[in-house]
Amino acid sequence: MEHYNMNLNLKVWRQKNKNTKGAFKMYRVENISSEMSFLEMFDVLNEQLIKDGDDPVTFDHDCREGICGSCSMYINGKPHGPWQANTTCQLHMRAFKDGDTIVVEPWRADAFPVIKDLMVDRSAFDRIIQAGGFISVNTGNAVDGNTLPIEKQKADDAFAAAMCIGCGACVAACKNSSAMLFLSAKVSHLALLPQGAPERTTRVQNMVAQMDKEGFGSCTNTGACEATCPKEISITNIARLNSEYIAASFAD
Amino acid sequence: MLNSKIPAGNLEKKWEDYKGHCKLVNPANKRKLEVIVVGTGLAGASAAASLGELGYKVKAFCFQDSPRRAHSIAAQGGINAAKNYQNDGDSVFRLFYDTIKGGDYRAREANVHRLAEVSVNIIDQCVAQGVPFAREYGGLLSNRSFGGTQVQRTFYAAGQTGQQLLIGAYQALERQVALGNVKMYSRHEMLEVVKIDGKARGIIARDLVSGNLEKHFGHAVLLCTGGYGNVFYLSTNAMGSNVTAAWKAHRQGALFSNPCFTQIHPTCIPVSGDHQSKLTLMSESLRNDGRIWVPKNLNETRKAVDIPEEERDYYLERRYPAFGNLVPRDVASRAAKERCDAGYGVGTSKQAVYLDYAAAIERYGKIEVGKQGIENASKETIIALGKEVVKEKYGNLFDMYAKITGEDPYEVPMRIYPAVHYTMGGLWVDYELQTTVPGLYALGEANFSDHGANRLGASALMQGLADGYFVIPYTIGNYLADEIYSKGVDTNHPAFEEAEKAVLARIEKLMSIKGTQTVESFHKRLGKIIWDKCGMARNAEGLKQAIAEVQALKKEFWSDVRIPGEINEMNPELDKANRVADFIELGELMCIDALNRNESCGGHFREEYQTEDGEALRDDENFMYVASWEFKGEHNWELHKEELKYEVIKPSQRNYK
Repeated sequence: MEHYNMNLNLKVWRQKNKNTKGAFKMYRVENISSEMSFLEMFDVLNEQLIKDGDDPVTFDHDCREGICGSCSMYINGKPHGPWQANTTCQLHMRAFKDGDTIVVEPWRADAFPVIKDLMVDRSAFDRIIQAGGFISVNTGNAVDGNTLPIEKQKADDAFAAAMCIGCGACVAACKNSSAMLFLSAKVSHLALLPQGAPERTTRVQNMVAQMDKEGFGSCTNTGACEATCPKEISITNIARLNSEYIAASFAD
Repeated sequence: MLNSKIPAGNLEKKWEDYKGHCKLVNPANKRKLEVIVVGTGLAGASAAASLGELGYKVKAFCFQDSPRRAHSIAAQGGINAAKNYQNDGDSVFRLFYDTIKGGDYRAREANVHRLAEVSVNIIDQCVAQGVPFAREYGGLLSNRSFGGTQVQRTFYAAGQTGQQLLIGAYQALERQVALGNVKMYSRHEMLEVVKIDGKARGIIARDLVSGNLEKHFGHAVLLCTGGYGNVFYLSTNAMGSNVTAAWKAHRQGALFSNPCFTQIHPTCIPVSGDHQSKLTLMSESLRNDGRIWVPKNLNETRKAVDIPEEERDYYLERRYPAFGNLVPRDVASRAAKERCDAGYGVGTSKQAVYLDYAAAIERYGKIEVGKQGIENASKETIIALGKEVVKEKYGNLFDMYAKITGEDPYEVPMRIYPAVHYTMGGLWVDYELQTTVPGLYALGEANFSDHGANRLGASALMQGLADGYFVIPYTIGNYLADEIYSKGVDTNHPAFEEAEKAVLARIEKLMSIKGTQTVESFHKRLGKIIWDKCGMARNAEGLKQAIAEVQALKKEFWSDVRIPGEINEMNPELDKANRVADFIELGELMCIDALNRNESCGGHFREEYQTEDGEALRDDENFMYVASWEFKGEHNWELHKEELKYEVIKPSQRNYK
């Protein structure tokens, strides 16, 4: 792999807090190595801003290995930037070339108010989980793990849904800011497993109700969520969610 | 001074006896007792959920925007449990023995045995919660092998075991939030422990969004705040992982044990340049199937694939034929360093070795050909089928490697090098996980208790969940049973007021320095000192220099750091400055501890103390103790020793040959 350095123009959303209006601001960073991660490029920018006496750009990030779901940058019109199945922290600068202008915004959704600059409040997702995204089993009640064999395919499908990192890219990608992919991943994970069966009906109803209460929009069926999901959560989960929801309504 | 409160009786009966005799709190009283849990990783989330289920009033705190993002999420490989589902000779005793031996005989027998006992309950609990562990075609749970053992006892969910276990604990926690038993405080950082009459009675926390300080009362405080690996700046820890909560507790009287016991993980993606902000682990599970090698020739210039078999040095298989590529982490890391220091390293930096999957891909391909009954399969078919199998097992890790390095690990061997990963040292706790401050507990990586001088793979998840689900629910009752007479303390109590004032004064002092150097630049310099002189190899001379350098760095930090922004707003630079200031103080103590321990054991390798073939040379006569440090003031600590008594296992020179 050939490495190279580049100079870039950054157009970054700056917003002091949720009560003030934000605006784009232009910055220039130089000698950025193609081996850097996107967030390391932001580290360079921030060090520069601090030295110049400016306020550094605030953004969420933590593990920097694509699993915690903290990072939430909308880069050149795409959540997490140009690479497929990727998070911002795993985007590397070899995706860009010398002289590029990169536009960076926060997730845009009513249910995700901006806290500062590129940092948003995603606590709505926690409240959706509180509404039913769990199996009600207290510590100490479990029987031996192998007393309940689970068909490998089902276990694998449940795992594929459970890989969701709760980053919110699906909401940011959707023109209606729908949280259906996030919600359907959790409903699928638990509905596919026999342990989740006793609460199947109430779970889906309560979680959908909470989603609506949080102000997320309805599903557009355009598949933008699936296309942008860093963990490639499949849109078939939304189909499963819908059938779970319909079945639950009949059960009432 | 140090009473570990290990119950009397036979090792295998201690925990059962303890549970049968510890004090209980009745349900009506539990509702009146408040417990503060700081940190929501595996230990914190499982503790908060379990205590909420029991009926205690719980307040949980995390600095991330959601408890689900705690760094346990990034654990990859798996979780050990003595289930013996493979019928390969595993047992509670074996897991106990392997863990003690893996820790190079510097852990407590009683704690480790309890860990091995409850390991089986953890798997059951997680399955009941819906954690999607890997399964075989028959629908039963699957296992794989990890370093330092000869049985297959590691349960896993692809390369995302930590994520799935944490989501399980997080969901249990959110359920308790919904039920009103737990109140969650996200984006909050604990900045002080409040003590009244010698007991922990609450915390001062900072709301990171508004910058406001808050006072919170608790009858007990649990620190589940992880390890301090970020003292090295570059580590596999998350950017926010920090020692601050544990360090505040230390300054309030909690002893800090074995700080020099840090784990350098052998298989991480090598550093690529000065811009590097963190290092990424390639799971130890990759050593199941991958083979580690370097060229036999010095100054080798050919590409890895062009180097013939006989010119490769599979140095782990050569040096440790019994365990091969699955030797414990400390052994594997030192062996890699030895080869690179001798000039056999690969890649542009020459600070890397190969982790090669070519043989595994071919082996799995041949098995698939057999399974599918393909006659006269071509080499291409075999390789293609083999890649499929490897992809299913390790796909996400391979993808991660490709994204970071731009190379395809299915085609060329991965380049790896050791990196800081875990810290075995931590707050001293007794058998009940209580620190030397009554009412203040430490769980998971934040305490020192179970891994001795080196942790075996897939044991951190086990310990975090053991402490949170199965240990603290019992042991905290033994303390809180005597607290039912104490009413909650009003947070206007002078102790809270003073603690809050002190925290604010420190923040104001940091902000008022208005110097010229960034927090990040200080953190980098600290990391370099500690890595160079208190990293994979240490010696007395270097450690003495490091202590002086860290002291000087502290002075410079407090006179020249520049923190932008205001106190009363979201200010990540200020958050970081608070943490780095504590890392600097810890860094000094680490070097002092490493200098005091005139022996090599586990991850602590003092160059002066090694065997003829370069293995760690312990000194059991003089150092079979837990070094526990009491904070006495600026640059001043007093050592307390807890003797380690081995009643069941006879310590010997660790042998993986």
